[in-house]
Amino acid sequence: MTTPTPQDLIIIGNGMVGHHLVEQLVERGTAAHFRITVFGEERHPAYDRVHLSEYFSGRDAADLALGEADFYPTHDITLRLGEGVSRIDRENREVITDQGRYPYDSLVLATGSYPFVPPIPGAETGQPNRLVYRTLDDLDAIRAAATDARRGVVVGGGLLGLEAANALKSLDLEAHVVEFAPRLMPVQLDDQGGTALREKIEELGVGVHLNRATTEITAGDDYRYRMTFKDGEYLETDLIVFSAGIRPQDTLARECRLEIGERGGIVIDDECRTSDPEIFAIGECALWDNRIFGLVAPGYTMARCAADALSGPFRGPEPAGERFAGADMSTKLKLLGVDVGSIGDAHGTSDGAISYRYSDEATGVYRRLVISGDGKRVIGAVLVGDNDPYDTLMQYAQNGIALPEDPASLILPSVEGAPTLGADALPEGATICSCHNVTKGAISETIDAGACDLGAVKSATKASSGCGGCAALLKSVVDHELEARGVEVDHSICEHFAHTRQELYSIVRVEGIKTFSELIAKHGASSTPSLGSSSAPKLGSSSAPKLGCDICKPAVASILASCFNEPITDAAHVPLQDTNDTFMANMQKNGTYSVVPRIPGGEITPSKLRVLGEVGEKYGLYTKITGGQRVDLFGARLEQLPDIWSELIEAGFETGHAYGKSTRTVKSCVGSTWCRYGVQDSVGMAIYLENRYKGLRSPHKLKFAVSGCTRECAEAQSKDVGVIATENGWNLYVCGNGGMRPRHGELFATDLDDDSLIRTIDRFLMFYVRTADRLQRTSVWRENLEGGLDYLKDVVIDDSLGLGEELESQMRHVIDNYECEWANALGDPEKLKRFRSFVNDARPDPDIIVTEERGQLRPA
Amino acid sequence: MTTATAKDPTMTQTWQPLCTKADLVAHSGVAAWIETPEGPVQVAVFYLPAGPDMPGPPGQATELFAVDHHDPFSDANVIARGIVGDIQGEPVVASPIYKQHFRLADGQCVEDESVRLRCWPLRFEGERVLIDLG
Ligand SMILES: Cc1cc2nc3c(=O)[nH]c(=O)nc-3n(C[C@H](O)[C@H](O)[C@H](O)COP(=O)(O)OP(=O)(O)OC[C@H]3O[C@@H](n4cnc5c(N)ncnc54)[C@H](O)[C@@H]3O)c2cc1C
Ligand code: HEM
Ligand code: SF4
Ligand code: FES
Repeated sequence: MTTPTPQDLIIIGNGMVGHHLVEQLVERGTAAHFRITVFGEERHPAYDRVHLSEYFSGRDAADLALGEADFYPTHDITLRLGEGVSRIDRENREVITDQGRYPYDSLVLATGSYPFVPPIPGAETGQPNRLVYRTLDDLDAIRAAATDARRGVVVGGGLLGLEAANALKSLDLEAHVVEFAPRLMPVQLDDQGGTALREKIEELGVGVHLNRATTEITAGDDYRYRMTFKDGEYLETDLIVFSAGIRPQDTLARECRLEIGERGGIVIDDECRTSDPEIFAIGECALWDNRIFGLVAPGYTMARCAADALSGPFRGPEPAGERFAGADMSTKLKLLGVDVGSIGDAHGTSDGAISYRYSDEATGVYRRLVISGDGKRVIGAVLVGDNDPYDTLMQYAQNGIALPEDPASLILPSVEGAPTLGADALPEGATICSCHNVTKGAISETIDAGACDLGAVKSATKASSGCGGCAALLKSVVDHELEARGVEVDHSICEHFAHTRQELYSIVRVEGIKTFSELIAKHGASSTPSLGSSSAPKLGSSSAPKLGCDICKPAVASILASCFNEPITDAAHVPLQDTNDTFMANMQKNGTYSVVPRIPGGEITPSKLRVLGEVGEKYGLYTKITGGQRVDLFGARLEQLPDIWSELIEAGFETGHAYGKSTRTVKSCVGSTWCRYGVQDSVGMAIYLENRYKGLRSPHKLKFAVSGCTRECAEAQSKDVGVIATENGWNLYVCGNGGMRPRHGELFATDLDDDSLIRTIDRFLMFYVRTADRLQRTSVWRENLEGGLDYLKDVVIDDSLGLGEELESQMRHVIDNYECEWANALGDPEKLKRFRSFVNDARPDPDIIVTEERGQLRPA
Repeated sequence: MTTATAKDPTMTQTWQPLCTKADLVAHSGVAAWIETPEGPVQVAVFYLPAGPDMPGPPGQATELFAVDHHDPFSDANVIARGIVGDIQGEPVVASPIYKQHFRLADGQCVEDESVRLRCWPLRFEGERVLIDLG
């Protein structure tokens, strides 16, 4: 049935699911057939409620927004925010708000749910202590109530309650959780899991009160309020957040007499139609098969089904639209920093279900595996303290994969790391990304259609762009699928070595190999036959030696330097280097170089500053201050470099390694020496660190910064290594990045004294040098590190691999062997031979032409 | 072999001194200045000795190569400062600016068929390096 004039489609609710529906309609081209109006009660356009808590850790409403700001106008969709619908008139097919009546042909309810507040005297509607945790405005209210508050209580120990408790903690309140049931997360966890979680959470300083039913809230003596419990006990607090469950927002539907479930929820069929076929309901307000789905992934599935149903009249019968068929409620989360996972039948209530349990009281790890009565399949699981097995268990459960001989092996810690399910073991129908419903089969199809790497698959399928939980699995499936097609997902560094950088690193370490020629002779790839190129047949045999290339040579040079720190200009190493390293300066686009002397911590005496000015003037160099708090002198010709450097070294400068994949600068603020807020000497620490790590060559450049107090003027959280002074010492942040893909550094250790700070950085850096890929910054390395930050902490701080000593001594070797490369080169006439414009003529390159701009010279 | 060396080796050759062996840097390049009938040219000279220490050029008759020092992509004179390596056994130099590879044997750019550096034959005579400018 096609209609000539566009029909009116109204969507009530601009939450996550309502927004997803609009996107789906646009994607299907259906949006153009309707005049679409969306009503949202909240004043914000749809935002990422799943990550709501990040509102307290640095993200603002704009960061959390879903989709582009101009999405609605671009597609001619009217978005009416701050305008709640008060009534639906089904007879006249109109929705009514306090601003008017709007006609509809089709209507979608995506009204979500509201937090349930138990009927407790003293917490009635309108009471200031009646705080909830659902919207951005709720969080603003909590933030306001938290000013001048010391203690906060969350009523409800479920998933959201624990998240709210974390938020209270992040507002510097003493946080407590009051739960009615005898355990935390009663829905997802069993007794033992709840106990393990409770212990972990109490360790974090959050008070946990179980079996407590609040009967009354009155004014308190020491705090603003007093909560009295059924057993007569009481707890005083300044602030109360209710998180005692959610209820479907079905008021509109109730009032217009749509069918409603016994305990609430708008009844829908497989197409998401309510009892009125022109009205749909999706998301948390909808009741399917007598169930409410309180997660975003099932909501998105409903949005797709409704979009298909609405698109029906505008497309052919094939393929049939998607039908809602229930959803898996398994979840994997980090609550207060503790991993918690729950899969399928976590309580083992199915007939004949058999459970395996593993519990480690030392680390607080608890795992339960539930298998079917016939012993063939995984039907549920509970994980606390460590979610590593989640992906594998989830795939077993979702895809009915046959159990291994000893099912317990799935949850037992194994010495070589848990056995993970290979991508090849998954059936075609296996869901890889549940947020966007991407199956393994769909991934193969996009690859067959030409996607040839992870990035292409991601943009074609949207996989991994929802909650992000599937990222690791997606990568392994894509790699596997590419490999299966003979696309070599080659992890070797280049055609000359069938090894990764990490493998080459350990070969060099273990065998003590000190030159490239030795490495390629012993470990080079066996000669590959020449591709049938049109060029001449080879004179040599197929075992002809290999020269290496511009990929492996600098990579090996960097490994050799990280390990042995011999001068890079030594005869054996010089042919390996990129031109910047060879000439110890940064080549610019016209073939000239820039010169950056080291200025540790950005501190420089006036007389040294004068020398820079004099050198710049004498050699006609363009001068600019860098972002790393030092001075860059541009436009030096090759043959000028030695003279420039003799003058700089004479004045006490050293090379700044601005050309190397190595330690760049340690930026610092002025710190306690001058600043009235400073609590430590940030400049002193910055200079110390810069002098310690200067000359350390690494897979990519390393930037550091030190701030003298929490105001963070040195922007240390955007560096590979960031140090921020505290009253008691130093907080260490790692793996931050600026540039193209900014990443906040992560807090790695707190209140370290000088020695522990340095020991921790030593180990961290050497572990990075040892395990990172070629040209991989610490930020990317960290994101790809299996086990993430916790694993990194285990290795570096807790020394779980027993490597600490070794990493420190390797760093000591690098530091002990430091030598200014320019001073070394200037002392060796052989090395200086290379700094000639022409070996047979002293004239400068006549093609370098400059022009003047703003009083300085620049390339013409 | 079909290299683009400017001259057929059977024709009369005009070898002239370019520099000395000591001026070269093994497994790497240096720049030299030469006057030709068509005007001055900057050449990049590469020396790839086979030796116990370092593999020589696979399957090549010579260990000396001369190509244009001028990089057609960046328009800067920098080719001698690139990294020398091989692609499937063919010795190449990578431009230090935008990283295109040029075959040392015939100057052909690997990434762009339409670009080729000029090249000239070189040989040792004792400690001297001679170039054939044709
Ligand atoms: C703190 C927090 C953490 C969460 N974490 C996770 C998680 O880790 N994983 C997960 O899967 N899910 C999580 N969820 C649940 C997830 O956010 C919801 O499942 C999802 O937001 C549901 O989307 P929805 O569109 O159905 O409802 P909502 O996002 O609530 O949107 C409904 C919208 O409709 C509006 N509305 C209601 N009535 C009217 C009316 N009469 N007129 C106009 N507008 C109206 C509401 O104001 C609201 O904006 C979390 C939820 C919270 C609060
Ligand atoms: C090829 C292009 C580039 C070159 C050659 C280059 C070179 C450099 C050098 C040599 C430094 C160090 C200066 C010092 O050590 O004091 C530096 C610093 C810096 N560069 Fe670049 N850069 C380039 C592109 C970029 C780009 C594209 C960005 C941003 C997107 C960027 C952002 C920075 C920043 C933020 C710093 C300062 C780092 C700090 O504060 O520690 N650079 N750059
Ligand atoms: S970070 Fe603190 S100590 Fe450093 S300059 Fe800023 S306010 Fe002062
Ligand atoms: S599962 Fe959430 S993004 Fe893939």
